[in-house]
Amino acid sequence: MAKHNISFKLNGQQVNALVESRELLVHVIREQCGQTGTHIGCETSHCGVCTVDLNGESVKSCTVLAVQADGSEVMTVEGLAQNGVLHAVQEAFMQEHGLQCGFCTPGMLIRAYRFLQENPNPTEEEIRWGLSGNLCRCTGYQNIIKAVKVAAEKMQSV
Amino acid sequence: MATTAEDLAREDKLQGLGCSRKRKEDPRFIQGKGTYVDDVKLPGMLFADMVRSPYAHARIKSINKDKALALPGVHAVLTAADLKPLNLHWMPTLAGDVQAVLADEKVHLQYQEVAVVIADDRYIAADAVELVEVEYEPLPVLVDPHKALDDDAPILREDIKDKDNAGQGPRKHPNHIFSWEVGEQEATSRAFDEAEVVVKEEIYYPRVHPSPLETCGCVASFDKVKGSLMVYITSQAPHIVRTVVSMLSGLPESKVRIISPDIGGGFGNKVGIYPGYVTAIVASIVLGRPVKWVEDRMEHLSTTAWARDYYMTGELAADKNGRIKGLRVNVLADHGAFNSHAQPTKWPAGFFSICTGSYDIPVAYVKVDGVYTNKAPGGVAYRCSFRVTEAVYVIERMMDVLAQKLGIDRMELRMRNFVKPEQFPYHTALGWELDSGDYHTALTKVLKAVDYEGLIKEQAEKRSKGELMGIGVTTFTEVVGAGPSRNCDILGVGMFDSAEIRVHPTGSVIARMGTISQGQGHQTTYAQIIASELGIPSDEIQIEEGDTDTAPYGLGTYGSRSTPVGGAATAMAARKIHDKARKIAAHLLEASENDLEWDIDRFKVKGVPGAEKTMKEIAWAAYNRPPEGLEPGLEAVNYYDPPNFTYPFGAYLCVVDIDKYTGEVKVRRFYALDDCGTRINPMIIEGQIHGGLNEGFAVAMGQELPFDAEGNILGNTFMDYFIPTTMETPHWETDYTVTPSPHHPLGAKGVAESPHVGSIPCFTSAVVNAFAHKGVTHMNMPHTSFRVWQKIHELSLDKRE
Repeated sequence: MAKHNISFKLNGQQVNALVESRELLVHVIREQCGQTGTHIGCETSHCGVCTVDLNGESVKSCTVLAVQADGSEVMTVEGLAQNGVLHAVQEAFMQEHGLQCGFCTPGMLIRAYRFLQENPNPTEEEIRWGLSGNLCRCTGYQNIIKAVKVAAEKMQSV
Repeated sequence: MATTAEDLAREDKLQGLGCSRKRKEDPRFIQGKGTYVDDVKLPGMLFADMVRSPYAHARIKSINKDKALALPGVHAVLTAADLKPLNLHWMPTLAGDVQAVLADEKVHLQYQEVAVVIADDRYIAADAVELVEVEYEPLPVLVDPHKALDDDAPILREDIKDKDNAGQGPRKHPNHIFSWEVGEQEATSRAFDEAEVVVKEEIYYPRVHPSPLETCGCVASFDKVKGSLMVYITSQAPHIVRTVVSMLSGLPESKVRIISPDIGGGFGNKVGIYPGYVTAIVASIVLGRPVKWVEDRMEHLSTTAWARDYYMTGELAADKNGRIKGLRVNVLADHGAFNSHAQPTKWPAGFFSICTGSYDIPVAYVKVDGVYTNKAPGGVAYRCSFRVTEAVYVIERMMDVLAQKLGIDRMELRMRNFVKPEQFPYHTALGWELDSGDYHTALTKVLKAVDYEGLIKEQAEKRSKGELMGIGVTTFTEVVGAGPSRNCDILGVGMFDSAEIRVHPTGSVIARMGTISQGQGHQTTYAQIIASELGIPSDEIQIEEGDTDTAPYGLGTYGSRSTPVGGAATAMAARKIHDKARKIAAHLLEASENDLEWDIDRFKVKGVPGAEKTMKEIAWAAYNRPPEGLEPGLEAVNYYDPPNFTYPFGAYLCVVDIDKYTGEVKVRRFYALDDCGTRINPMIIEGQIHGGLNEGFAVAMGQELPFDAEGNILGNTFMDYFIPTTMETPHWETDYTVTPSPHHPLGAKGVAESPHVGSIPCFTSAVVNAFAHKGVTHMNMPHTSFRVWQKIHELSLDKRE
């Protein structure tokens, strides 16, 4: 199996990795880079627990090849807090009880982060549409939606 | 009771019982710092992957591992033949049957585990799986459980075909597992013979899968030098896993350490023991290296524990006024190829006999027959206590059917039959003692909140215009908190639970329980119980669960048993500490114990202002100068064996609008009133209810695991298996009443499963009600647009003007 040297920025840090052609980005992030906040739930792009930010877009890293990330900027849940200060979406998820088992949470947060960049002042309908690629089995979504709304308001007021 | 501002401030500081304390689990989860099984990485760790059967029923002619073993990076390929000398090719199930760990001569279901490959990484393991050559001889397949007991049905379980008992009583056919009867058959028949009105309905509860977002997996690590085994595992019941692993492996239980780390949802799916766990453990023992096995979603949906699959025939006998005279339910239960539903040992159909519901029913009879088919084994409690979802579904459906037959409003029929508040504790016809309830108040509150009269008027108007609007109702009672060890055990271990609390010299606390959170927030809520009992702030109380080396033995978290059993153990252990603290306080204050009174966080000498000792001062004294004759230290353990189950209840109402051209069902409103007794953390309760309602919505509106005639499972990916997204999920409205349990130390009953159990029949009730004026009495789930459209079309309601 051919191997490739790739390098990309993960949460602001330069990363070099030797990967197989077929190796998935999520496996490289979790196993080579040791950042296990990004999870694996379905391997078919449906559940969204593997969502990461790739060059400013939300992608499901279980169906992105690691070689596709060569030269790119990747952000995961571990990159949300800056200098020890939590991001507004993280604060809001805690405040509004937007998580239970925590398994979908990293994907939800990184998607919510990107969604609020795209639409800083969303309606509930827009939040529902914006997060529809991320499944949650625990919360019934209501508090997640509330948390995204609260985060948006907080980010607007800064 | 706090009276002054200063008292209130002291009480607030505790963040005890009844406050919406923010969760202590969250900081790690929102920063990606949780530790789930697949996050565990041990030095030298290998990966396991499964060779699975493409056939639902076939004889294995040969297995050739040569090509797989020749692949660089492959360490072993194990089959049943390799496990046989260790006597590990079969394993006992929690239901008294046995299940193949790796297929032994025959496969009984599609995707059954045939061989396990151990390799350096998951990619090599997956490659090697493709290189294992298995030759099969296909056999006739049994898919329809109604044909299981036919004379010419293919015999599935040749390993037990001559046994007249498969672990749960006598059986009448090689494909028969058990017959379970409860109640009075003759008296019930008489009630039906003499009744003025009788209704009967065939009701199918489809096979569904709990499907938490984290699949099942483990990391097994055997230390050859110490002879000890450590297993990180996705288990809702780590202590029982330890006992079973010890029994299977022959290792002393003291050398087996099971750790359930953070669990990415369970919902009943992670109670049992799966072949993947066993093979990873065996591989680690054989190879002397850690072995990780984590299944993918398709494996998860195809082979791990599913729920329901009950064909129920419900019958009610009543008088003309709607007073119920008797209930009869017959069930055909499809258990799949091995009987490995996870129920307490003596309950082959779980607590299905709670099917008399919230109603005063004089006589009842229930019979359940379980049969084998060529499908995955299961029948677990998906976000419910054992088979309670099925029971609530059948009685709530039958109440609607009876109301329709009699022309009595469904709410009124329920009001006429509710067990009355003064009848508690109420003994049901099928042997349960309902601890407490106030059903009339609950339903009345809901009807007022939603303006039921207004809805009825609106529906009449819509019907006159040919529009489809449905109003659904359920008024359910659950039985949870298993359970009293006199009638509840798993593999002989009584279903108690436990708590161990240690107060340190400076007054902070560590406490460990036999339960294990999978999102329920135990780390937050157990601390609140201790805070209120001991007067120590919640934030200074650490809660740990899931490590069998440190936590006291407990039966785990499922069947809403954590608060009813583990929560009770926590309160009782805290009270032991409280009692000792009182003795120490009396000594320090040179007063009699009887002269002391407890005030939030301290003991005071009655009538002597200023003579007081806080729990923190007492803790220090416990390690510094305890009274003579009293052991130093301040800690306690409690193993709580509940005197009874708890019986949470609720009243739900749902309004749907149906598009008569597409069959799309839009849930306009869902109002859920729950009574779980004393409420420990309202924020967490509400969150649990939202989640349970959504899982109920999923089951009612879309989930099913169908099979084709060859036993191929259809719908085993998230492409086909319905998990609601934000787009389908309705908005939830919640409400509550509080009727404490009289026998629980805190009055708490458990809550997280009520919304699942209660909402499913409510959705069906609403959908069916949309067609009730056309004479429709029941429609089977799932209520997908296509299926609903078929009903519309059958009734010619989709004609365009």
